[in-house]
Amino acid sequence: MILDPDARYTKTHEWARWEDDELVIGITDHAQEALSDIVYVELPAVGEHYEAGESFGVVESVKAASDVYMPVSGEVTAINEELEDSPELVNEDPYGRGWFIRIRPDNPADFDELLDGAAYEAVVAEEEG
Amino acid sequence: MRFIPHTEADRQAMLAAIGVESIEELFHDVPKKARAVEFRLPEPLTEMEVLVELNQLAEANAGTHHYACFLGAGAYNHFVPSVVDYVISRGEFYTAYTPYQPEVSQGTLQAIFEYQSMICALTGMEVSNASHYDGATSLAEAVIMALNVHRRRRRKIVLSPAIHPEYRAVVRTYTQGMGLTILGDGETAHQDLEALTDLTPLADLVDGETAMVAVQVPNFFGQMASPQELTRLAEAAHQAGALFTVVVDPISLGLFKPPGEYGADIVVGEGQALGGGLSFGGPYLGFFATRRKQVHKMAGRLVGETVDTEGQRGYVLTLTAREQHIRRARASSNICTNQGLMTIAAAVYMAALGRRGLRRVAELCYHKAHYAAQRIDALSGFQVVGRRPFFKEFVIRTPRPVHEINAYLLDEWEIIGGYDLEQDYPRLTNHMLLAVTEMNSREEIDDLVTALEEATQ
Amino acid sequence: MTEPLIYELSRPGRTGVDLPDPDVPLSDMPEEWLREELPLPEVSEVDVVRHYLHLSQMNYAVDRGFYPLGSCTMKYNPKVNEVATRLAGFRNLHPYQPEETVQGALYLVYHLQEWLKEIGGFAGVSLQPSAGAHGELAGVLMMRKYHLDRGDTKRRKILIPDSAHGTNPASTTMSGLEVVEIPSDERGNVDLAALEAAMDDTVVGLMLTNPNTLGLFDEHLEEIADLVHRHGALLYGDGANLNALVGIAKPGEMGFDVMHFNLHKTFSTPHGGGGPGSGPVGCVERLVDYLPGPIAAIEPGSEDHPEGPLYVWKMPAKSIGRVKAFYGNFGVMVRAYTYIRMLGAEGLREVAEHAVLNANYLLARLKETYPLPYDRTCMHEFVLAGPPKDLQEKGIHTMDVAKRLIDYGFHPPTVYFPLIVPEALMIEPTETESKETLDAFAEAMLKIVEEGREDPDLLHNAPHTAPVRRLDEVRAARKPILCYTSLA
Repeated sequence: MILDPDARYTKTHEWARWEDDELVIGITDHAQEALSDIVYVELPAVGEHYEAGESFGVVESVKAASDVYMPVSGEVTAINEELEDSPELVNEDPYGRGWFIRIRPDNPADFDELLDGAAYEAVVAEEEG
Repeated sequence: MRFIPHTEADRQAMLAAIGVESIEELFHDVPKKARAVEFRLPEPLTEMEVLVELNQLAEANAGTHHYACFLGAGAYNHFVPSVVDYVISRGEFYTAYTPYQPEVSQGTLQAIFEYQSMICALTGMEVSNASHYDGATSLAEAVIMALNVHRRRRRKIVLSPAIHPEYRAVVRTYTQGMGLTILGDGETAHQDLEALTDLTPLADLVDGETAMVAVQVPNFFGQMASPQELTRLAEAAHQAGALFTVVVDPISLGLFKPPGEYGADIVVGEGQALGGGLSFGGPYLGFFATRRKQVHKMAGRLVGETVDTEGQRGYVLTLTAREQHIRRARASSNICTNQGLMTIAAAVYMAALGRRGLRRVAELCYHKAHYAAQRIDALSGFQVVGRRPFFKEFVIRTPRPVHEINAYLLDEWEIIGGYDLEQDYPRLTNHMLLAVTEMNSREEIDDLVTALEEATQ
Repeated sequence: MTEPLIYELSRPGRTGVDLPDPDVPLSDMPEEWLREELPLPEVSEVDVVRHYLHLSQMNYAVDRGFYPLGSCTMKYNPKVNEVATRLAGFRNLHPYQPEETVQGALYLVYHLQEWLKEIGGFAGVSLQPSAGAHGELAGVLMMRKYHLDRGDTKRRKILIPDSAHGTNPASTTMSGLEVVEIPSDERGNVDLAALEAAMDDTVVGLMLTNPNTLGLFDEHLEEIADLVHRHGALLYGDGANLNALVGIAKPGEMGFDVMHFNLHKTFSTPHGGGGPGSGPVGCVERLVDYLPGPIAAIEPGSEDHPEGPLYVWKMPAKSIGRVKAFYGNFGVMVRAYTYIRMLGAEGLREVAEHAVLNANYLLARLKETYPLPYDRTCMHEFVLAGPPKDLQEKGIHTMDVAKRLIDYGFHPPTVYFPLIVPEALMIEPTETESKETLDAFAEAMLKIVEEGREDPDLLHNAPHTAPVRRLDEVRAARKPILCYTSLA
């Protein structure tokens, strides 16, 4: 399972990472692997605001559809338009070109409450039983 | 035993293999007292006997094979070519299941793909699904789709009062738990025909809270607003960020501009006219078409083209992650079984009639309806109402109540008369909605005119 | 084996079915409305016949062979049904004709309602819903309205077992209610403790399929019904699996307040490649007024008329409303009427008995080889947990077994459902299959396991003999081609 050294994680398999004063958000390598071939990503509109834990989008594979949840509360400042034509980027490069949205968090300190790499690995280990 | 092949020897061998003495033992999980029930049903009949009974029941009805029919209002007596029944009577089509195993369902899948293509061609849209239950439920699904396009943040729907009353009722049933505000058709108790068919008040109701605006073309009264009026309404909707949905008569599209050309985002309607037959109200066919970019929000099955491991072209159900079996609680619609075989019937109809044939059907409807209208308008006491162009249905004002006239037509002339509009639109007393299709001969129309004249003497 | 698209067979100028010339004077048309292009195919009638015949020959169907799809009840579709539904006196009726002109049709609708009431143990039935999911939506809306009408506005939840069909939670969401999932226990029943914990006075109802999607009759049905009712909630029955109980027990007398039937499953009407179906909903006395409508009724006072009672349409007093235009799939109702009329109570009982016998026999033949998650007597269907362990460890999955069955001339069972059994294979033989067919299927299933051990690729690359090989579903979803692209 690949992790991003600069990111923090959620129990619902999203990652978040600072870039300037915004957070970039996507789904983890573990998540993309579990979903298998991703065929469509539904993203919000720029300017929309979501609370932490609220679903802001959906990832569809051939056989499954999963909600994607906000790690922290904030406003969407950008969405990855490349995913419309190339959803497979999420499988190929989940922490890089497969990013989903950028947000301006309501409270930057919320980021520190997220799981670090080790804690996230533990969550995954427990899920797999 | 009906349709059950087991012999006593089979049963014994099977019970032995299972390791029980009797079939009853296999029901041990069903509480004894639940099994101690009597089922009071009539004594069974053999095939020979049941057909006698069914024939009696069938003959106790006044069908359009014996009566001239001028009744429309959402279900129409259109010609069904014999090839339609030939195809849908093939066991490989009608006894097949939903094509979840595509390798052994290419017949159904390709037939649906062709249907989708033809509906796109007909409606001027980019994507069609594989059907809903009927035109009314298609409209309800369009409302749900519009809500989802707006991520449930808009809660207003504007409906033209000239949309079929039962369609609007179904929209209200479907959305009764969704906390929506439905506007546009609240004044039908007070409106006359002019007011009911005016599109401008609808544009005035559209605002930033509106998810969708819907109209019907031709409307319930058979009339057609102009393409310019419709385009203006579409623009008003789009400016407010709302979707514009059109309920359309598919036969009219044999002649007239499709809604894709005047700004529709979603096109729905009743496909019964496309080879489905009247069948006392069902099974019918709800077609549903939209724009490419909205396809992920569209409910219903979708067939897509792909290739197999040897590069051969084939068809599969696709974008299935939209559907209930995957999304479950997050699905936009619960639709599972749809109207599969009726979709194939419609495809056969559209293929068999083709480019020229469908146009010819539409022309016949148009000319016959207009001939009927002209002749009736000339009768004293009767008047064709409404200033807009019409297609195959029109409204007449009658000198006596509609139900009295219809009783006379039925009893004396074996004619099934038009629809009494007062039952849905209280201001339209003595207003009858008459439909004329390619199935009505000139002689039938002339008889209708004579009968109407007599009915008022 | 491919067949060109109908558009590819099209040639400019070719015509199919002819229509007469207008026999009336022509009228002017509104110029601004005329369309320029109508891109429909141009083919001859023989093209149409051959094209669709070729397509049909690429389909598997019940008429062709065994179709053991779990929870779909792919029983034989009697041909007399097809004759019945095509009678001109049924086909050629407009739904808005005056009631006096359609008494035969109304008689049929009314009596089918009555028979389903009797079969289900219910006080009222509406035949308007056109599919199971449609019936579910109606049922959930009925439960919701029942509570609201009583002034009970705090109920917002529907409890649904994790083994349920996806339409159950989807119907709940459409009704504006919240889904609460209840786990199953290790015997495949609803986990009673979890149910008790979730049950309170904010629950509208519990949706239960019984027997469930594992083919098992819930061992605590009575306690469940009791628990639900004690908290003032209602019990909804998903009747998809009624083939196990028809003529044996009545859901309405086992605690179910409202239930949908599937005429295209239990009552032999054909599946049509995805419809049309019919999903009537039945209910107990206290919910009768809420049924969707209109429904067929006898005009009060006409019961003893010498010419027979007068059948009319009636809207239930507190109806949730119409769920579609007109009255439902009448053409499907005719088939179900015919079927019930031919079977009677005894015939229906034999259906359930033999459906359950067939399923248990097949289970007995397979359970030594295939992993069985719940070792109980099954009802009309059963679920296996995929191929044997050693095959799964070698990377052979349920999908591979399913595709290889095609080469043996069988339609695969339902796969990957219910979700609570990984690698699920749900098998429902139905009562219309002979012992020989079941034996042939069992032998194929056992042979496939051997093949998996000796030559895994044979399974991975299956099917080998179908009209097409395995299809690329990822490509179909990533780059959707949803209609013929050169429409000009």
